[in-house]
Amino acid sequence: MKLAYFTSLVSGLLFGAGLALSGMANPQRVQSFLDIGGAFDPTLAFVMMGALLIMAFAWRAQKNLLHPLFSTHYEIPNTMPIDLRLISGAILFGVGWGMAGLCPGPALVGLVLLPKKAILFVGAMLLGMGLYRFVDQSLSSINPNQRS
Amino acid sequence: MIEIWNRAQPLQGFIGGAMIGAACALMLLLLGRIAGVSGLLARACQLTRPPTLDLLAIAFIFGLPLGAFIIDLIIKPVEVIYPNNNLILVLAGLLVGFGARLGSGCTSGHGVCGVSRLSPRSLFATGIFMLSGIVTVAFMHKFGIAS
Repeated sequence: MKLAYFTSLVSGLLFGAGLALSGMANPQRVQSFLDIGGAFDPTLAFVMMGALLIMAFAWRAQKNLLHPLFSTHYEIPNTMPIDLRLISGAILFGVGWGMAGLCPGPALVGLVLLPKKAILFVGAMLLGMGLYRFVDQSLSSINPNQRS
Repeated sequence: MIEIWNRAQPLQGFIGGAMIGAACALMLLLLGRIAGVSGLLARACQLTRPPTLDLLAIAFIFGLPLGAFIIDLIIKPVEVIYPNNNLILVLAGLLVGFGARLGSGCTSGHGVCGVSRLSPRSLFATGIFMLSGIVTVAFMHKFGIAS
């Protein structure tokens, strides 16, 4: 359905615009937010507040919506236990996030704001994602019961 | 305490955040999908197992930089200051890509979509990566690793 692709594109546009406007696209500001003992900058707390407020209403609406308006079903992750993958993944992610002040959204946005620098991070990030797929594949070929 | 607010942009942050929330809400209520950037990027680049062609993910990932470009062009130039050290940038990128996939999400998937749903996994993951980010920044300052 063409309308679905258009919706996804608009959502991406809105997300990217929000990142740019909020200061989240600026690695220095993100690092200042994480620098609680130093030059702390609380801006990102307000970004989170704005995003969470809207999404809290969206989840409420979702409960009363049998299926999404432009699709037949929801693709929402099932409840799963907190496991070692989640913990170690979050730790590694946090280290990278702190080192560069970049997470995936702002990094992609950086491709138009400061391409010379952002391309290094994005390239490495895609490599990291590919590396994960390889490791995940190797692990589950040893233990076929492991989830993908 | 006052100098903390010198550089802060609470209103702009809140409005930008609400736009991010609205983008996630569109994905959820119209398409039934979670607007997690790391997951969508992996799908768009066919880095999932098994690799599938996900045109919705491609459309979203294409729109993301375009949205920032529009703000930069029409509203005001977006300030971006990146770490000087390219080695740090590359290492961080590897960790972010690998970690986000291993932990099934990043700042958007867990931090915005999951936390607002009060998902225990997402609340936990968000707490962990924030803590690990704070420790990393403190460590880098302590050992004078320029960023």
